[in-house]
Amino acid sequence: MSTIESGLVLGPEGPRGAASAAPRGRLRLGDPLFRGIATLCGLTVAFAMFGLTAVLVYSSWPAITGLGAEMLTTVEWSPSSGKYGALAALAGTALSTLVAMVIAVPLALVIALLLVELAHPTVGKVLGMAIEMLAAIPSIIFGMVGLFVIVPFMQEKLVPWVLSTPLGSLPGLRPGPSFQGGGLSVLTAGVVLAFMVLPYITAVSRDVLRMVPQVTKEAGYGMGSTTWEVMRRISLRYANSGIVGAVFIGLGRALGETMAVAFIIGSVYTSLPRSLLDPGTTIASLIANTFNEATDEIHVAALVELGLVLFLITMAFQFVAQAWLRRVQRTAGGRA
Amino acid sequence: MNDLAHPSLTTASLRHRSVARRKAADLTVKVLAWVGASFGIAVMAFVVYEVVVRGIGAIDLAFFTQPTPQDVTSTEGGLANAIVGTLVITGVAAAIGIPTGFFGGIYLAEFGRNGRVATAVRMIANVVMGVPSIIVGVFAFAILVKPVGHYSGFAGSVALAFIMLPVMARTTEDVLNLVPNELRESGLAMGAPRWKVTLGVVCRAARGGLITGASLAVVRVAGETAPLLFTALSSPYWMSGLFGPGGYFGGPVANLTKTIYDLAATPYPQWQDLAWGGAFIIIVAVLGMNLLVRLIFQRGKEW
Amino acid sequence: MVGSTLTDRALTPSPGAVAPPRLEVPEARRSVDQDFAALTSQIAVRHLDFFYGKEQALFDNSIEIKRHRVTAVIGPSGCGKSTHIRTYNRIFNLYRDQRASGEIVMDGVNILSPQTDQLDLRRRIGMIFQKPSPFPMTVFENVAYGLRQHYKLSRAELADRVEDALKRAAIWDEAKHKLGEPGTALSGGQQQRLCIARAIAVEPEVLLMDEPCSAIDPVATAKIEELILDLKSNYTIVLVTHNMQQAARVSDFTAFFFQGHIVEFGPTTQIFSNPTQRKTEEYITGRFG
Repeated sequence: MSTIESGLVLGPEGPRGAASAAPRGRLRLGDPLFRGIATLCGLTVAFAMFGLTAVLVYSSWPAITGLGAEMLTTVEWSPSSGKYGALAALAGTALSTLVAMVIAVPLALVIALLLVELAHPTVGKVLGMAIEMLAAIPSIIFGMVGLFVIVPFMQEKLVPWVLSTPLGSLPGLRPGPSFQGGGLSVLTAGVVLAFMVLPYITAVSRDVLRMVPQVTKEAGYGMGSTTWEVMRRISLRYANSGIVGAVFIGLGRALGETMAVAFIIGSVYTSLPRSLLDPGTTIASLIANTFNEATDEIHVAALVELGLVLFLITMAFQFVAQAWLRRVQRTAGGRA
Repeated sequence: MNDLAHPSLTTASLRHRSVARRKAADLTVKVLAWVGASFGIAVMAFVVYEVVVRGIGAIDLAFFTQPTPQDVTSTEGGLANAIVGTLVITGVAAAIGIPTGFFGGIYLAEFGRNGRVATAVRMIANVVMGVPSIIVGVFAFAILVKPVGHYSGFAGSVALAFIMLPVMARTTEDVLNLVPNELRESGLAMGAPRWKVTLGVVCRAARGGLITGASLAVVRVAGETAPLLFTALSSPYWMSGLFGPGGYFGGPVANLTKTIYDLAATPYPQWQDLAWGGAFIIIVAVLGMNLLVRLIFQRGKEW
Repeated sequence: MVGSTLTDRALTPSPGAVAPPRLEVPEARRSVDQDFAALTSQIAVRHLDFFYGKEQALFDNSIEIKRHRVTAVIGPSGCGKSTHIRTYNRIFNLYRDQRASGEIVMDGVNILSPQTDQLDLRRRIGMIFQKPSPFPMTVFENVAYGLRQHYKLSRAELADRVEDALKRAAIWDEAKHKLGEPGTALSGGQQQRLCIARAIAVEPEVLLMDEPCSAIDPVATAKIEELILDLKSNYTIVLVTHNMQQAARVSDFTAFFFQGHIVEFGPTTQIFSNPTQRKTEEYITGRFG
C-alpha cells in the first residue's frame, strides 16, 4: 500500500455493513454517540473546505470589486504607489512550474519503470525509501540548501558557462533586463521544485503502473517484446490516464510550493522575467514575503485575492487529477 | 469454418526489423532508468549531507538552552525558545487534529463506506490535502488573527491542525480498510456494541498503521513554515504563559521553522550557522521519525 | 519413451549431441494408427528440472512434442503443467527466482542456453493465456502488434495480414466491423480468438495454450476447440487443460503430469482407453484431482 501522501484514492474497496449491531432490549447510548462523533468529525473536513473558500472570498472581496481584472493583467506590483498588477507573479508561477515538470516527469517515469519492472527487490526497497525520504524533507530545508548551495553554484559556475556557449543566446535563456547573474532565478527555483515534486509523481506513477495486469504484460513479452516495448506499447497505454493524473498532482504541488521558492526566486515584483535566468516571483512567494508588511486594507485584500486565485487553480488541478485517477481504477476493475 | 488451405501469407518473405536496434533501445532505456534513479537518490543524499555538514557544528549545549540571539555582536544564543515553541504549537495542533482526523477516518471506513456523503467527504479530503499550506495560513490569519488584532501561537496550531486533519482521516481510513471484515463480524457476533468492536478490535488490529499515520502527520506539520508565517509569526523570546503579549494565545510564539527562515535571511554568518543548526534538528526529527516508524511497523512491507 | 524417474528410462540420447532425437518406444505404448517414432519432433525436452527459488516444481521432465500435432497436458491442479509449458518460451525468465535446468531442443538448438535469442524464440513460439488478455488498443492494433514489432510492412500489407490472421482464427466475420474498437469490446470467447489471431499473425511454429477455455463459456469453447483442430495442420500445438474430455476430443498425444513428474505420455486414444500407469488411470476415472 502506498504510503506517500499523494492524495490518492487507491485503497481496497470493500462492502461494509452500515448498520450497527446494537443488541436488542437495552438502551445503548454508546453506539449512536460513537456514530455521531465519527460523522461530525468526518463532516468537519467538508466544513473546513467550505469555510476556507468562503473566508478567502470574503477577505478578498474589496480587491475583487475594487481592482477588477486589472490585477491579473498588469505587471507592476508596487502597493506603495497603489499598483497591484500580479502578472509577474502569475508568469513566474507558470514558468517555474513548467521547468519543474519538464525535469520531474521523465525522471519520475523512468524511476517508476525501474521500481515496477527492473529492480531487484532490495534495490527497489532502498530506492523506494530514498524517494519517500525526499518527499518528507520539509520545504524550508530545500530552501536553505537551495539558497546557500545551489544558488551560488548557478551564479558562479553554471550560468556563466551556459552563457558562454551557444545555449546562452537561445530565446528562453538569453538574459533579460532584470538579469542578476542567474543564481536567484526562475530556473534555479524550477530545478529545486522539480526534486520536491518528483517523489509524488513517482509514487503515483508507480502505483498505476502496478495496476497493469501481469497476464497482459506476459502476453506482451510472449510476443517477443523487450522490456521497453512492453512498457511503452502496453503498460503506459494501459495506465495513461493514471500517468496524467500523476502529472496533475505534481503540477498542483509545484504551483503551491512556497518556502523553497521564496528563498531562491529573487523576488522581483515589478517586471516579467524575460528568460529563465531572470529573477521573478510566484504567487505563493509574493504572499509569503509581503503579507506581514501589508497594512493597507486593499493591500491585504489583494494578497488574499491572489491566494484565492492560487487556491482555485490548485483545486482545479486536484479535481482533474482525481478524475483521471478514478478512470484508471475503473479500467483496472472493468477489464474482462 | 474458415478455409485454412491457403497458407498464402507466410512471413518468410518479410523484412525483419533490426533486433539489434530494438535491443539497443531497450538497453538505453534501462541505463537511463538506473541513471535517473541514482540521480534521485543522489539528490536526496546531497540535501541531507549538506544539512548535516553545515548544521551539526552549531549544535551544542547553548543551542538547546539559550533563546534566539538579538545582538549581532555577541556570540551567544541558541534556538531553545524556538524548539519549545514548535513543540507546544505542534502539540496543540496534534491534540486538535489527530483525534478529529482519527474519528473522521472511522466515519469514512466504518460508517459511510460507499454512501454519497462519505464519497464526497473522501474526495474533499483528498482535495484539501492539496491546498497549498500558505493558503491555510492566510485562512487562519483571517479567522483568528485579524479579528483579535494580534498574532498567536494558537492560530498557528489551528492552521497546522487544518493541514493534519484530512491527512489523518485518509490514513486512518486506508489503514482500517486493510483490516479484514471477518474481524468486525466476529466481534459483533459476540454481541459487543459497534463502538467497542471498532475501537477495541479493529483499531487494535490496525494500531501499527494508525501510530505510523499519526506520527508521520505530526512530524510533517512540525516541519511546515508557511502556515506559521501569518499566525504564530515568531519571536526571539521564550513563550510566557497563556495570555498576555508573550503568551500562547496572546502574541507571536517562537518556532523553529520561522526562526530558521528569519536567521537564514540575515547577512550574519553566526546567525546563518544557527539556522543550519535548526535545519539539522528538523532533518533529524523528520527523517528519523520516518525511518523509525517504517522499521518498527512496516518491516517486510514492499515499496 | 518418456518419463520421469518413476517410469522406465528407455530413452538414451547420444551424449552431448543435440541432433533430432530418435526414440525407443516400448511395444505396449505404440499405437496402431500413429507411428510415434516416425513423426518429427518439434520440441524435445530432456531432463528438465524447474525451481521456484529453492523449491523444485518439475522433476526430470522428458517429452517429445510432435510437429503439427496437438499434444495435451493434463493433471490435477498444481501438478506443474503450466510451469512446464512456460519453459518452452522462457516466459519464466521474467521472474528473478525462477530457473530451469536441462535441455529443451528445438530445431537442433537448446533453447534454454543463454545464447538463445529470447525475442526470436518468442516469435516462433506463441502463447495463449488462461485469461483472455487483449492489449489496451484496438482490435486491429492487437493483431498488428507482433507484425509491427518484428517486421517492416507497408500499411496495405499490414492490413492484409491482419485480415488473414483474423480469418485463420475464425473471427473475421465477427471482428471486421470492430477493427477500430478496443480489444475489450469483444466478448470473452471472441477476445480469446483475438489473442489467437494475434499470436498466429507472426506465423509461429508452435502455439502454447494454457487452459485457453477455462475462462469462457461452453459455446465459445466449442468454437475454439474447432479452431484448434483446424490450426494443427499449420502449427504445432501444446494444450494445457484441466478438462479431460477436451483433451480427448482435440489432442493427438497426451501427457499426464502429477506433482511435477510426467507420469505417462502417449497417444491420446491409448492414454484414455488403456493407461499403463495406475496414477493415470485413477486420474482419468476421476478418483482424484
